[in-house]
Amino acid sequence: MNLTQVFLEAFRAMSMNRLRAGLTMLGIIIGVGAVVLMLAIGESVREDINRRIAAMGSNVMIILPGSSTANGVRAGNGASQTLTLADAQTLSALPTFANVAPVVRSPFQVASGANNWNTTVMGVSPEFFEIKDFIAEQGSLFGDVEMRSVSRVAVIGTTVAQNLFNESDPVGQTIRIRNRPFEIIGVLGSKGSDLGGGDQDDTVIIPITTARQQVIRTWSPGAIHYIMAQASSADQTQDAIYDATQALRIRHRIRDDAEDDFTVRDLASIAEAAQGIATALTLLLGAIGSISLLVGGIGIMNIMLVSVTERTREIGIRMALGAKRRDVLLQFLTEAIVICVCGGAIGVALAYGGSVLITKLSPMQVGVSATGIAIAFSFSAMIGIFFGFYPARRAAGLRPVEALRYE
Amino acid sequence: MQAVVKSPSKPEVLIQLTDVRKSYFSAEVETPVLHGITVTIQQGEFVAIMGQSGSGKSTLMNILGCLDTPTSGSYVLNGKETAQLNDNELAKVRNQTIGFVFQGFNLLKRMPLVENVSLPLLYAGVPMNEARRRGTEKLAQTGLGAFTKRLPNQISGGQQQRVAIARALVCEPALILADEPTGNLDTTTSGEIMELFTRLNSEGMSILIVTHEPDVAKYAKRLVRLKDGLVTYDGPMADAHL
Repeated sequence: MNLTQVFLEAFRAMSMNRLRAGLTMLGIIIGVGAVVLMLAIGESVREDINRRIAAMGSNVMIILPGSSTANGVRAGNGASQTLTLADAQTLSALPTFANVAPVVRSPFQVASGANNWNTTVMGVSPEFFEIKDFIAEQGSLFGDVEMRSVSRVAVIGTTVAQNLFNESDPVGQTIRIRNRPFEIIGVLGSKGSDLGGGDQDDTVIIPITTARQQVIRTWSPGAIHYIMAQASSADQTQDAIYDATQALRIRHRIRDDAEDDFTVRDLASIAEAAQGIATALTLLLGAIGSISLLVGGIGIMNIMLVSVTERTREIGIRMALGAKRRDVLLQFLTEAIVICVCGGAIGVALAYGGSVLITKLSPMQVGVSATGIAIAFSFSAMIGIFFGFYPARRAAGLRPVEALRYE
Repeated sequence: MQAVVKSPSKPEVLIQLTDVRKSYFSAEVETPVLHGITVTIQQGEFVAIMGQSGSGKSTLMNILGCLDTPTSGSYVLNGKETAQLNDNELAKVRNQTIGFVFQGFNLLKRMPLVENVSLPLLYAGVPMNEARRRGTEKLAQTGLGAFTKRLPNQISGGQQQRVAIARALVCEPALILADEPTGNLDTTTSGEIMELFTRLNSEGMSILIVTHEPDVAKYAKRLVRLKDGLVTYDGPMADAHL
């Protein structure tokens, strides 16, 4: 018996019992659909993270004051203020760094006219804009002149602009921080949320000189909250981290056997951690999908066993007419595979529809990948072979005389 | 193994049963059904096997049809000792050498008649189109040429049995093995089916039918009567007391 005939028979057997074949297929449809869609969602999350990281720049790092130890109690990162403006200046002199920006920050209630809004005020040097790739959507950014003259100027994010000024143009208007008036000279282009989900547009940026003198108090005169820095190139990130570590250890007079009192974190390592989470998420989603596919497979086995029992007499007739055990095995195996592959095709189609829907209704960009489809397809064929084999072998193992006598 | 002298002039031995015994075992208890059957059937014969239920005729039928194997003894079919054949070779014998006709017709319900008839050809490896052509031909020969696309439940019992006979003949077997072929049919239709067997026999086909009805058996030329697993009569139908 050739394969065409075997497939024809399988389709006929399916069409004889449409409801049953349909319900059995449903298990596979849901399973395959779930696997493909889950993988697509996981993949889109991973791509999203990649995009955000690329937007941030892989050569960017952040230097935080290290955990302080007081009377044996260790506080977390940033608990002490061991970093100073002088530290930032030292780093900016290193050849491996392109830009270094000291940062102080604090939440404030800022006000303009009758409106007020709680946001983060950051005091930074102009290099900060370079590092974060901030551009002025309206007006301009501040530079070294404003730094030196300790000007009360501010650049605001779009979230702040919307909340304080609604539709009107904020540039040239005044906001009050700690009751001191600041002139708005620019509005930043929107950056969206950062990796942690925080709104990068919800900020007011002022020169660090002004911030330190008039707005944000630090524990010691030179202290800053952290340093943003950018290596001269992505390749030099690791060298830059090493150089910074050495320079800061010397400046902070840390003994060789003592731990750093600061932490250098580059975005690549943050990215790696985020990628790890995304991969774990993809695996988890895939596993959930696989379980439903497995349940679908068990459904196939169940129905095939029923089918073999019901068709025992038919198997006997076929054997009497000259069907070899292999023919019978192939017949039932093909039936299971046809159900699985048809279910797989429908499942892939549904998953594709689902991905289009998600892309339309949510901010996520979900695309079904060819790899995902190939995996799901071969997986469903394998399910068919795996779960169809036992019932098929049972059919093939029947003794002709007993099968013929079966009522 | 029995040597078969191939000679067209002399009738060849088709079936050689020698002291065939069959026992069924359930829970270590042996139930003997056939107590040593020795029968020789030549090619071209028309033989009826008769017996009460429990006489072992169904068991003998299954062994003759290579659907079951004897516990001991030798069964040589068409020159081949069947005990030495494996599952695949037995399937091939059922396909090529034997044409089965059953009491319940045993057509596949969901298959059009022509496909039912050509199914054995597909198992023989004949390409689909050729198989279908030969199936149509055989259906026409049994007078059902117009019904090729119908399903078995759309025709009468007698017609179904004709289809089954067409299916039995499609691989040009050496032997037709019919198990109570008229058991589900009325007297008139039974007669028609038996006439068909008689005609096939006159064209040279060897036919072996198992029945318990004397009216059916009398169409055969030779009678083998079984009782309690033993042959009690083996001779011409004319001499038998039915």
